[in-house]
Amino acid sequence: MSVMTMVQAINNALDIKLNEDGTVVIYGEDVGVEGGVFRVTEGLQKKYGVERVFDSPLAESAIVGTALGMAVSGLKPIVELQFDGFTYPAFNQIASNVSRMQNRSRGKFTVPMVIRFPYGGGINALEHHSDSPEALYAHLPGLKVVVPSTPYDAKGLLIAAIESNDPVVFMEPKRIYRAIKQEVPDEKYSLPLGKAKVIQDGSDVTVVAYGAMIRECQKAIAMAEEAGISVELIDLRTIYPIDRETIRNSVRKTGRMIAVAEAHESFSVGSELIAITNEEAFLYLEAPPRRVMGYDTVVPLAQGEKFYIISPDRIFYEIEKTVKF
Amino acid sequence: MTQNDLPAIFREFNPIEDKMLSIIDNEGHVVNKKWMPALDDTTIVSAYKQMYYERVADEMAISYQRQGRMFTYTPNLGQEAIHIAAGMNIRKEDWLVPAFREMGTLLAKGVTMKEMFLFYMGNEQGGSFQNANHTLPISISIGTQLHHATGIGYSVKYRKKNEAVFTFIGDGGTSEGDFSEALNFAGVWQVPVVFTIQNNQYAISVPLRSQTKSINLAVKSVAFGIPGIKVDGNDFFAMYLAYQTAARYALSGKGPVLIEAFTYRLGAHTTSDDPTKYRSKKEETEWGLIDPLIRLRRYMENEGIWNIDVDKLTDEYKQQINQQFLEAEQNKAYSHDEVFAYMYTDMPDDLKRQKAEYEQFLSWKENRK
Repeated sequence: MSVMTMVQAINNALDIKLNEDGTVVIYGEDVGVEGGVFRVTEGLQKKYGVERVFDSPLAESAIVGTALGMAVSGLKPIVELQFDGFTYPAFNQIASNVSRMQNRSRGKFTVPMVIRFPYGGGINALEHHSDSPEALYAHLPGLKVVVPSTPYDAKGLLIAAIESNDPVVFMEPKRIYRAIKQEVPDEKYSLPLGKAKVIQDGSDVTVVAYGAMIRECQKAIAMAEEAGISVELIDLRTIYPIDRETIRNSVRKTGRMIAVAEAHESFSVGSELIAITNEEAFLYLEAPPRRVMGYDTVVPLAQGEKFYIISPDRIFYEIEKTVKF
Repeated sequence: MTQNDLPAIFREFNPIEDKMLSIIDNEGHVVNKKWMPALDDTTIVSAYKQMYYERVADEMAISYQRQGRMFTYTPNLGQEAIHIAAGMNIRKEDWLVPAFREMGTLLAKGVTMKEMFLFYMGNEQGGSFQNANHTLPISISIGTQLHHATGIGYSVKYRKKNEAVFTFIGDGGTSEGDFSEALNFAGVWQVPVVFTIQNNQYAISVPLRSQTKSINLAVKSVAFGIPGIKVDGNDFFAMYLAYQTAARYALSGKGPVLIEAFTYRLGAHTTSDDPTKYRSKKEETEWGLIDPLIRLRRYMENEGIWNIDVDKLTDEYKQQINQQFLEAEQNKAYSHDEVFAYMYTDMPDDLKRQKAEYEQFLSWKENRK
C-alpha cells in the first residue's frame, strides 16, 4: 500500500500496464518529455522509451484516429487529450470510427484503446478547460465511458479500461487530481466496468453522482445527517454501460432520486437517471426525481464559475426539498 | 529527407514543377522508355484482364442497381489502372485501408464480388471483408481513414513487421483537415504508408478548381516533408511504376509517400448522382477517349501481345459475376441478432434489454396473427 493522489494512482496503473504488456503505447500532446500538463504520465517516457511513451504533433483528430489504426493492428494505445474542451476536434474520429469499427467490420477488428482526458470545472481555467462532455460520449453506441472519483477507483478502473477489448473514454476529474489522498495497493487490481458503488447506505433519498461531485455530495450528506435525513450515495463509476440494477435497488428502497453532476442539465446523464428511475421504480416514488446539475450554459470563466459549479449546500438544499416534497 | 535520398522518379517528376509521370501516350505508344517497368507479357495480359473484370463488374453493378436489386453503388469506371496497379503491388501481408472507390484493389486483396454486392445490398457482412487479410472495411466518412492507415503504419513499425500500408482518398478529401494531419503525423513518425489521392476531378459535383488553389495535389506532400508524385492515373504502366517505387521506398523504412493519380471519373459519383448537371458531354467524351483500358489495349496491340477474345472474356466474366450476384442476393441470413451483436465484445445489459424488448414485441406480433 502507498498513499497516492489520483494523478499518482493513474500513473501507477499506466506504469503497471506498460511494464506487463509490450503492446501498450501512450501518446498525446506533451505526455512524453513533460509527462503531461497535469504530470499524469511523468517519468514513463524515461522508463519505457520514446517509442512507447511519446509526444505527438498537436492534432486531436489524428491522435485518436491513429490510435484506432494501432488498435486494429495489434497495439493497445492509450491516448491523452489535453482537456475536455479539446476532445471536440477528435469527435469525428470517435463518433465516426472508434465507436463503430468493430460493428463495421463485423467483429473482424476489435478496438482495444483508451482515450483519457481531464474533465470538469472548479480550477479557474481558461475557456474549453472546464467542460463535462460525458453525455456526448455516453450517447455514442460502441463506447464505454468511465469516470473515477477516488485514487483507488481510478487505478482499478483504468486497468480494466486498458484490458477491455472495447474502446473506453476515461474521464479524469481534474479538480480532485491531487485533492484526495488514499491508500492504494501497489500491486495490480482491476474494478469491473459497468458497476456502480454504493458509497453510503441510507433510507430517505438516493443521490447518484460521479467524479468530482462525489466529494461535494459527501459534504452535503453530512449536512443532511445533521438535519436527520438519511441519504444513500451511489457513485456511478461507469457512465456507460450504466448500472441500472444498483439504481433500481436503491430507489425502490428510498423512493427518491437526485442526480448530481457538473454537466449541462438537459439531455444529460441526469436525464438518463430520471428515465431509469421512472422505468424501474415508478410505483415506489415519493417525490419527483430531480437533477442538480450545471445550467444549459457555457461553463463561465473564473469570476462567474461560482454561480455554475454545484456546491454542497445547493445539493443539501435539493435533498431537503425532495424529502419534504 | 534530402532530394538525393529520393527514388529518381520523385526527383524527375517534381510536383513543384507540376510534372506528371506518364509512360505511354493516349495511342498506347511508349513515350518514356526509360521508366517502362519490366513486366512480362503474361503480367500485362493479366493486368488488362483484371482491369476489364473490374469494368464488367462495375457495369453489371450499375445495371443491378437500376433494376432495383441493389441500393446506392459507387462506380469505379475510368479509374481501373490505379486500382489494378496498386493491387499488383500490395502483398498479402501489406495493409489496405480503403475509402470506397478502389474496388479492383480490394478484389486483388482477396475480396469477392459477392461481398461487394452484399455490401451494396445493405449488409455490413459484405463490407467487412472477412477473408481479405489486413484489409479494413469500406470507409464512407471522407478522409478519416488516412489516420487509421498512419496508426497501422506506426504499429507495423513498432512491431518490426515488414509490411506496408496503402490508403486512398479522393481529390475532395484533400480539403479535409484529416488529410493534412495524417500526412503530417506520417511524416513525423516516418511510417511505411503509401497515400494515394485519386484525383478524378470532381468531389460529387464540385470541380478541383473549387477545391484548392494548389498547382496540383501531389505538391501538398512538400509541406509535410514527404515525397510526392503526380502520376497519369489512366496509364497503367505509370501507375505500376509509381506503386512499385512507393512500396519499395516505404518497406525500406524511409517513410511515407504521396501519390496523386490524375484521372477522371467516367461514371457518376454514386448511382444517385447525375453528372450531366455539372459537367459537359464534351468533357466526358474527351476523357472517354483516354480510358485506361483503351490505352492499355492500344499498347498491347502495338506490341503485338493483344491476344484477348473480348467477347469470350466478357461472357466468362459476366457469368462469374452474375453467379456472385445471385449468391449475394440469395443471402437472407440477416437477423435482428446482427444489429446488436457487434457493438461490444461483451454486450452491455441495456443492449440485452433492448434486444429482449424487441423480441417480446416480435412474439406479440406473432401471437396476434
